[in-house]
Amino acid sequence: MKLITAVIKPGKLDDVRQALREAGVEGMTVTEVKGFGRQKGHTEIYRGAEYDVTFVPKVKIEVAVADERAEQVVDAIIDAAGTGNIGDGKVFVFDLQQATRIRTGETGDQAL
Amino acid sequence: MKRMTLKRLLVGSYGLLAALVPGIAAAQEGLDSGDTAWMLTSTALVLFMTIPGLSLFYAGMVRSKNALSVMMQCFAITCLVTILWVLYLYSLAFGDDIGGLIGNLGKSFMMGVGRESLIGTIPESVFSMFQLTFAIITPALIVGAFAERMKFSALLWFVGLWVTLVYAPIAHWVWGGGWLGELGVLDFAGGTVVHINAGVAALVAALVIGKRTGYPGTPMKPSNIVLTVVGAAMLWVGWFGFNAGSQLAADGTAGMAMAVTQIATAAAALTWMFSEWISHGKPSALGMVSGAVAGLVAITPASGFVGPMGALAIGLAAGFGCYLAVVKLKRSLGYDDTLDVFGVHAVGGIIGALLTGVFVDAGLGGVGLGEGTTMVVQVGKQFVGVATTIVYCGFVSFVILKGLEMTIGLRVIDEEEDIGLDLVLHDEQGYNLGP
Repeated sequence: MKLITAVIKPGKLDDVRQALREAGVEGMTVTEVKGFGRQKGHTEIYRGAEYDVTFVPKVKIEVAVADERAEQVVDAIIDAAGTGNIGDGKVFVFDLQQATRIRTGETGDQAL
Repeated sequence: MKRMTLKRLLVGSYGLLAALVPGIAAAQEGLDSGDTAWMLTSTALVLFMTIPGLSLFYAGMVRSKNALSVMMQCFAITCLVTILWVLYLYSLAFGDDIGGLIGNLGKSFMMGVGRESLIGTIPESVFSMFQLTFAIITPALIVGAFAERMKFSALLWFVGLWVTLVYAPIAHWVWGGGWLGELGVLDFAGGTVVHINAGVAALVAALVIGKRTGYPGTPMKPSNIVLTVVGAAMLWVGWFGFNAGSQLAADGTAGMAMAVTQIATAAAALTWMFSEWISHGKPSALGMVSGAVAGLVAITPASGFVGPMGALAIGLAAGFGCYLAVVKLKRSLGYDDTLDVFGVHAVGGIIGALLTGVFVDAGLGGVGLGEGTTMVVQVGKQFVGVATTIVYCGFVSFVILKGLEMTIGLRVIDEEEDIGLDLVLHDEQGYNLGP
């Protein structure tokens, strides 16, 4: 199993959700996060007080999938989240040791 | 109420005073229901400026961990000043004059304020409550200077002492039959009594209590500019009661006071907005509404005396002057007046008070200078009013704050400041976002 973590632009969340559904993903976890990469941040100004906002809002998606699906899911995220501009985000893939569905106690691919 | 305007010019002072000078009040022919209806409305409008207007304006500008604390301070001030007002403050400000300096205690506990007693053409109960709403908003304005670091107990002591030792005497000097009014200083609705007074006390308070921990290096982002814009809009609406209500009558002067208030506010908001646009590259909502408040402040002393074009000039001057004071001056001097009470209220009040002496001139669309008074003389009188307020308010505010600092202490400890006043002082949080 693989755990796929993607950090994307907040405005792309709905496109990504739809793409993942079409790719057969049954569930996902979404977190509002802040961070920076090459995009850096922006400047805010309040009555002349300038603040450099280094961390910009992003959305982090976590999806657990069977090994053979991982590549397809990563491609779906990249397709849906990409704009071609700086700040589109990143996708990380991890090996996932175990998954358990709490209600039934099923484990492994059955739990996804 | 042209009669009242005429008398005001004759005594070289302002409508309230004309109504209060013994003999003139007695000459009124009894209650006027139109005037009374407008003053009931105005009183509610001015209270609306503090709660919720100013409370929201301020709460949105502080960090989210302190949002509730400033709202609570404004609300508690409203309650505390109300009680002190009926016990003795009303009498100190508007009781029978003692030597031009202070009112006597004859109206303590609202003695003599019955259903039948009149001030001019309105019930004294309404007059007293109208004036109370001014006594409430003035210390509430000061809250912005020491926001995010003052102990709540110290705040209550400060406000109780300050309204007694600073607000009541100055209100008496200008409006209660005291020496500044007699001198001919023009302050229609409170440029000196409310705004310069609050702004100077705010600067002194910011200097005595010291900067917030981390200022100015640490980013201190406003919690919710949406609330600030809503609060500013409420201040604008409520201000019609403040300015047009200060005529104490529903007449032509009140109507013009409303018109000039609208004009100056719009001019100042646009001036600040364009100043920021030019110097920074983008216009901001916070800048625009800050300019609106600066315009409201500056037109306050002038509102019963100037014409529409005078209001336009005052608005332009206040928008630009306060923009410079807040955005440039504060940064270069380095003091931490958290919400710019000095930069908006003292600077705007001074601009308005001095320009009142200019645009009162009939040639510039105003009601005209008093007989035998030149513009230079009137501006000189305005300067005396401004300087007196700065010196007296600055000195007494300093003594009160130093006294409290040496006894109960003014500020929370650094660790509590870091956690935020909502939780540390009130065991609550303004924002409980999340599950």
